[in-house]
Amino acid sequence: MNFIAQGYPAYAYTGGKPFDASLPTIVFIHGAAFDHSVWQWQSRYLAHHGFSVLAVDLPGHGRSPGAVRESIGDYAEWIAAMLDAVGLPQAALVGHSMGSLIALETALRHGPRVTKLALVGTAAPMPVGDAFIAAAREEPPVGQQMEAVWGHARLSQLATSAVPGAALVSASRRLNARSKPSALHAALVACNAYRPAAEAIAKLSVPTLVVAGKRDQMTQFKAGKSLADSVPGAKFAALDAGHSMMSEAPRDLLAALRDFLR
Amino acid sequence: MANSGPKTPHPDTLAVHAGQSPDPATGSRAVPIYQTASFVFPDTDTAAALFNMETPGHVYSRLSNPTVAVFEERMAHLEDGVGAIATASGQAALHLAIVTLMGSGGHIVASSSLYGGSHNLLQYTLPRFGIETSFVPARDPQAWARAVRPETRLLFGESVGNPSVDVLDVPAVSAIAQEHRIALLIDATVTTPALGRPFDQGAHLVIHSATKFLSGHGVVIGGVLVDGGRMDWVASGKFPTLTQPYEGFHGMNFAEESTTSAFLLRARREGLRDFGACMAPMTAFQVLQGIETLPLRMARHIANTRRVVEYLSMQKEVERVHHPDERTHPDHELAARLYPKGCSAILSFEIKGGREAGRRFIEALTLFSHLANIGDAKSLVIHPATTTHFRMDDDALKAAGITAGTIRLSIGLEHPDDLLEDLARGLKASQR
Repeated sequence: MNFIAQGYPAYAYTGGKPFDASLPTIVFIHGAAFDHSVWQWQSRYLAHHGFSVLAVDLPGHGRSPGAVRESIGDYAEWIAAMLDAVGLPQAALVGHSMGSLIALETALRHGPRVTKLALVGTAAPMPVGDAFIAAAREEPPVGQQMEAVWGHARLSQLATSAVPGAALVSASRRLNARSKPSALHAALVACNAYRPAAEAIAKLSVPTLVVAGKRDQMTQFKAGKSLADSVPGAKFAALDAGHSMMSEAPRDLLAALRDFLR
Repeated sequence: MANSGPKTPHPDTLAVHAGQSPDPATGSRAVPIYQTASFVFPDTDTAAALFNMETPGHVYSRLSNPTVAVFEERMAHLEDGVGAIATASGQAALHLAIVTLMGSGGHIVASSSLYGGSHNLLQYTLPRFGIETSFVPARDPQAWARAVRPETRLLFGESVGNPSVDVLDVPAVSAIAQEHRIALLIDATVTTPALGRPFDQGAHLVIHSATKFLSGHGVVIGGVLVDGGRMDWVASGKFPTLTQPYEGFHGMNFAEESTTSAFLLRARREGLRDFGACMAPMTAFQVLQGIETLPLRMARHIANTRRVVEYLSMQKEVERVHHPDERTHPDHELAARLYPKGCSAILSFEIKGGREAGRRFIEALTLFSHLANIGDAKSLVIHPATTTHFRMDDDALKAAGITAGTIRLSIGLEHPDDLLEDLARGLKASQR
């Protein structure tokens, strides 16, 4: 589905069904230098099980033109503008990695508009190593290689994929390679700089789920657990997967999201 | 910048392990043969979700099978593709690639130096379904560019042509594909990922006959189609099968569903489903036994071939040896650039005395097997003009680099001294 947000055209995948604003809506937010298709399985399932879904392409990503944003706060404002654009007073937000920070910041800034918050592969703060940021800036293919390899469980190439016939690390790297050359670097800098106030998180009243991968090499499992502990009443789900739980453990992630969102 | 990024497993390790975890049900270390047609649904909701592609998993072995998936994933990792689909044969892989990209009215530009079976499909069979092919000399990039029409959707060639052993300049042909926003498909059967990866050279899709070097044992027929995930189908605008809703699968728009794997989604959900040329689980198991030793075997195939090329080039009964190792071969430098580890265990040569000398040569050999195949552990010999390429007229034969006296060899894994001795007996007999 195409819409206009902050004056620019933008795109969201609706899960194979027309968008219906009368149903409870879930907005899926992808991570650094990815697009809506990382949510392929979860978004399509939930769109066929009582929800409307909008798996967005953030500005400057996938089918959404425009500039990549410089900060998590700027992306959070874009999410709020996107809700306005499609006429939604409220929606549940599901974010992965950088997308989880965008979802969190949207809830902190626009709490009443967020019905539920699911943070997948998350940490707040989310420090990013200097070498990773430098590679993304100076040698994007190397940065993309880091993103793809650390974005999956160690040696995941040697394990059977949850998606028959798919090579998930390569697929992830090819998707990164389609983004603008500057997108990964801008995203990593934005993640690294994001420092939500601990007091604000401690007062968050949006029902929250944190999903952490036991073999996550990008955002550590214990960092996800720690964030879950700091949000009042937050639920926590631990999956046997690396950072890319949407494709590494698609059924387990769906089960966690479905139980939380219904 | 010195940092080359995090380490990933080497090809030798991928060949042994990629795509396979110990069996969760039994702990089996070897890849189990899941010899079943169907898979039980845990509940009705999961069944519906599997049918509507809301959740990944196995339904019916024509569409996917756990044993076959290990082979697919291993090939995808070895080629650095985003995924793969195993097929009943190499021919089925070629057919699946073509029919996923185009229908009636589509046009292909292909190298004139192709395996005879591929030539048959393109020259004689597909025109009946409205898909035309223009054949061009593999070595002439300008000819490739000139043959492209508005309705061209695919460029197709072999990494190393069979039997003429010409090396395709994949980067040069890739540039033409990029310019016209069309796909480049490479049949990499002769080179295998152990000698070179077409995606690194600019290809978009790769097929293999798994019957050949991938298996190495010559006991099964199989193929595989790998997608590099590098083609932007939407930006091209020339592939409605991938970018427009498909009524045959719930109106799915494959490029929306998966940005990098749209081609594989359509190929599996339409091509495997409807044409049905899937790989059997037992076949996948047998191919996997071969792939485990692929890097080791290819090194030995290449070393043996070098000995044979060197030997034949010095024999008075031989007019010419066609192999890029030869300094006089037109692709000598290109082969060294694209395939530094060696490019082919296939070679051909012209024997003095033409067809009759060729007959005497083949019949005098005892170690080489006279048959229609390549890439076996056993050394093989054939006379293309009377077998694999017999449907071609003289002009087409010439374009494919074949004469009445051309003999093709596929060098196996025997001790090279034994191979040279057998060849010496054959050459002597040929001139009687």
